[in-house]
Amino acid sequence: MSGGLSVRNVGKVYDPEGINVVALQELSFDIAPGEFCVVVGPSGCGKTTLLNIIAGFDTLTSGEIAMDGNVLTAPGRRLSPGADRMVVFQNGALFPWKTVVWNVTCGPVLQGRLSRNEAEAQARQLLARTGLAGIEGQYPGELSSGMRRRVELVRALMNDPKVLLLDEPFRALDALTRSVVHEHLLELYDLARRTVFFITHDLEEAIFLADRVVVMTTRPGRVKKVIAVDLPRPRDHRVLTTARYGQLEEEALEAIHEEARKAFETGERELA
Amino acid sequence: MALSAALWRGIAGIALFFALWEAASLVKLPFLRFVPPPHVVLENVVQTIQTPAYWSAVYISAKRVAIGYVIGVALGVPIGLAFGVSRVFRDTFFPVFETLRPIPPLAWVPLSILFWPSIELTVVSIIFLGSFFTVVINVLGGVETLDARYLRAAVSMGATPWQVFRKVIVPATSPSIFTGAAIAMGLTWEIVVAAEMVSSIGSGQTGLGAMMWQAYVGGVIPLIITAMISIGLAGLVFSALIWQIGAYATRWRRVV
Repeated sequence: MSGGLSVRNVGKVYDPEGINVVALQELSFDIAPGEFCVVVGPSGCGKTTLLNIIAGFDTLTSGEIAMDGNVLTAPGRRLSPGADRMVVFQNGALFPWKTVVWNVTCGPVLQGRLSRNEAEAQARQLLARTGLAGIEGQYPGELSSGMRRRVELVRALMNDPKVLLLDEPFRALDALTRSVVHEHLLELYDLARRTVFFITHDLEEAIFLADRVVVMTTRPGRVKKVIAVDLPRPRDHRVLTTARYGQLEEEALEAIHEEARKAFETGERELA
Repeated sequence: MALSAALWRGIAGIALFFALWEAASLVKLPFLRFVPPPHVVLENVVQTIQTPAYWSAVYISAKRVAIGYVIGVALGVPIGLAFGVSRVFRDTFFPVFETLRPIPPLAWVPLSILFWPSIELTVVSIIFLGSFFTVVINVLGGVETLDARYLRAAVSMGATPWQVFRKVIVPATSPSIFTGAAIAMGLTWEIVVAAEMVSSIGSGQTGLGAMMWQAYVGGVIPLIITAMISIGLAGLVFSALIWQIGAYATRWRRVV
């Protein structure tokens, strides 16, 4: 099993016009191969920066990030984006000018890894598994937002990534849709355990999905607390009413609340 | 059902326009002294459209518009895309482009007459300029407002730069391409008439613009209006065609 990520002393300093903004500082944690890791933290704590660095959209200024023991990126070592680290974006990035089937098959086809027919067969199977059979010929604009998110998950998986990077992918969904999409995501996760790096603001989402929740501090982002979620898999929504879930949520809430307050106060100061 | 309601309203609007015009002629409004009433114009229309000279004028103008426009779009789209995607190309040529762009197409007429050996080429080149600048600036705007998420997604999935260009940048820009093309089409009919008026006087070259000018010189006022209506309708038909093509090519946007 591969796809283990190791974040070692990662720092990121933005330097616009000589004003140093420290986004990340001495950030270290590991994600085991196949682990579902959810990072939560106050707004502006650098979660998305970290994800962008792993994805290859941004660079780090100190430390290094390794995958399966090989250094992916370090200062001065630019990492290019690649299908081994697929990103599912906050606002969705399905190509609206292409049909669902083109969208989900474009990765392996463009890479030349699968023929169009093979890719389509695989796509049909995965789509059916997320309750999306028969929508292959439709355009993303014809789908509901919950369906689009599921299509996007399928598209990411079709790229056979080692790590799946999800940046608040369900933020725009209403609570009911979100709970359905959560179960679909877990189903896909259980199908083939791939490493998942998932960013969110939402604690319920974090605990429901994760093997481990990493709580980050307010800027500069460091690890505040790591909470191992020992809820049994496969999980469904009923887990949210268990006593163990309640304990975990309380633990996480306490850590995050402290940071949220700090972030808020810093924000007030910076505005003043 | 909804369509036929819209159709009836449209017909009612046109009928109302002609009724007001006729009424205004009847009461002899002083500022409409030289404008013949619609039934006189209609008579002229009926007469005029039976003459081969009229259709030849329509054909000549339409051909000039079509040629100048097609070349304008054919060059405007790739150059607009190139401005959008290539820093070097943009740094090098955009200043020249932006200096030439504000010059009204008609300001090119005197130089074009000197430059081109024929009136035909003069008029076509001016139509070309009008559509070219409009298309380029719209396409460039389209590339600039392209959402970076799409580029990132494509790159993540292993698309090569050429694949990104073909599969993401071009289709994502296509709505702007067609908007530019439709605006340019509206301009071309403005330009062809003016260019023909200025450049084809006394040359025997006829287009709708020249026909109108000759009608003015000859004092045939209903024919002026016939020519105006013809230009309006021709522009309408051409624009509708471009909108239709655009709607079809970007039909993914219509689905909701």
